[in-house]
Amino acid sequence: MNLPQELKYSKEHEWVKVDGNKVVIGITEHAQDELGDIVFVELPEKGDQLTVDEPFGSVESVKTVSELYAPVSGEVLDVNGELEDSPEFVNESPYEKAWMVVVELSDASQLDALMDADTYKQMISED
Amino acid sequence: MTQSNQPLIFELSKSGRTGCSLPDLDIETQPLDDLLPRSYQRKEPAELPEVSELQAVRHFTALSQRNHGVDTGFYPLGSCTMKYNPKVHEDIARFKGFAHIHPYQDSATIQGALEVMYRLQISLAEITGMAEVTLQPAAGAHGEWTGLMLIRAFHEANQDYKRNKVIVPDSAHGTNPASAVVAGFEAVTVRTNDRGLVDLDHLKELTGEDTAALMLTNPNTLGLFEEEIVEMAEIIHEAGGKLYYDGANSNAILGIARPGDMGFDVVHLNLHKTFTTPHGGGGPGSGPVGVKQDLVPYLPAPQIIKQADRYVFHYDIPESIGRVKPYYGNFGINVRAYAYIRTMGPAGLRKVSEFAVLNANYMLRRLEPYFDVPYSQHCKHEFVLSGKRQKKQGVRTLDMAKRLLDFGYHPPTIYFPINVEETMMIEPTETEAKEVLDEFCDAMIQIAEEAEDHPEIVQEAPHHTVIDRLDETKAARQPVLRYEKQ
Repeated sequence: MNLPQELKYSKEHEWVKVDGNKVVIGITEHAQDELGDIVFVELPEKGDQLTVDEPFGSVESVKTVSELYAPVSGEVLDVNGELEDSPEFVNESPYEKAWMVVVELSDASQLDALMDADTYKQMISED
Repeated sequence: MTQSNQPLIFELSKSGRTGCSLPDLDIETQPLDDLLPRSYQRKEPAELPEVSELQAVRHFTALSQRNHGVDTGFYPLGSCTMKYNPKVHEDIARFKGFAHIHPYQDSATIQGALEVMYRLQISLAEITGMAEVTLQPAAGAHGEWTGLMLIRAFHEANQDYKRNKVIVPDSAHGTNPASAVVAGFEAVTVRTNDRGLVDLDHLKELTGEDTAALMLTNPNTLGLFEEEIVEMAEIIHEAGGKLYYDGANSNAILGIARPGDMGFDVVHLNLHKTFTTPHGGGGPGSGPVGVKQDLVPYLPAPQIIKQADRYVFHYDIPESIGRVKPYYGNFGINVRAYAYIRTMGPAGLRKVSEFAVLNANYMLRRLEPYFDVPYSQHCKHEFVLSGKRQKKQGVRTLDMAKRLLDFGYHPPTIYFPINVEETMMIEPTETEAKEVLDEFCDAMIQIAEEAEDHPEIVQEAPHHTVIDRLDETKAARQPVLRYEKQ
């Protein structure tokens, strides 16, 4: 299971890449493996506000629809529009091509509640 | 992929072939432009298939033989999809006095039909422990919406405008939060505890002066009876909210427990589930809603009432939320449900639930050694297995569902409820013989063994169907929705 060390992870299986006051958010390899083939990704629009732990979009696979929960609060600066036509990126390249949104942090301390790769790995192995 | 050997009807077509001969026109012809503006006229004639009558009969008969339904074999989707429909209902629904009447007919000329509706209202009220019932809602989700609108009307009549939240468990049918939102509420999710029941502490946390209602299915979608329902009712009622009963799982409690006695204020019943009316072809359904006395003033008009010895449409309900369906509900379906209730009688309905629960528990215990059982207490009319053990061999629940097709079964509901991993939800219903349950369990056990010893057999299933494994991902990502001539 690929879990890049430089990323942070949420208990709802999102990864967060911190870049100064901005973060990039996607879902983990484990999450896409659990969901199966992704057929549709619904994301917010630029300018929308995310609230930590609240749903901000959804991922639909052949077997289920799962909500995406915001790992942090903040304004959406950018959205990966390519996922609309190529939802398979979530399966093929969860950490690169399938980044979902870029968010400007409104409260950087929320990052402290996220896990590092090893803690996340332990969490998913306990399931 | 194996190709289906049944050609499309378009491929059977031969120019000039016909299945019928029409009589000569005996009225004067008129120019098409006088009848239909040119912009609406098609430029080229429609390419309709041209086949003989016998070709058409064979084609559609061949297709119909590929259907799987409760009349052709067992399926563990249970009452959630459709129970067995006793054939006598079809005769009764076709009685002239039921089938050949019109909604605008004078009510004096349809007293028999009104009496059936009146008696069905009363029967359903008695079965659920409610004061009155409306037969208008056309299906379960329509009933949910109607029930929530009644609750909204009740709160508004009390000038209680702050109640904008409806609480639903995380195991709820997806229609519950959807109906809440359509009815103008916000849906709030209450967690399930480690016994598969509503987490009471979390419910207390969520309940407050903004609570409009709690929507609950009991037994819940895990097939488990919410034992703390009386405590839940107290929590909600003390806060000023109402309790809504989703009747989708009523097949487990007929004649044994009544939502009204549990503390529920509003109930919908899916007559097309519990009361054996046809539904598998996409409807029509019927979702009558029952209410306690304090919600009666808001029921949709008209109700059917009895005045002296006459049955009449009662429109004088000043605080009614209004009509929720044209005319009076899906009447033909309601006739079948009434026939079922009268055929079974109170003792018979109780037996329905006793057998449904016994059958489910029998299967649960036979399958328990081979699959993970997330909640091991006795179940009601359905139970949930998890494919976690098989997943370790690389076999997913989807694969096992596909493999069941090889044994001639429609698979059970999979990946629902969503709070269990790799879920399979099995509901046999009361009408299946023990031998049928055993044969299905034998197939499930064989599949569990294959998952251990020869996982590829399961992963590549089905092997014996007309068409082998379909590419569901491609079908979802690049759907072909329309036939195009080569």
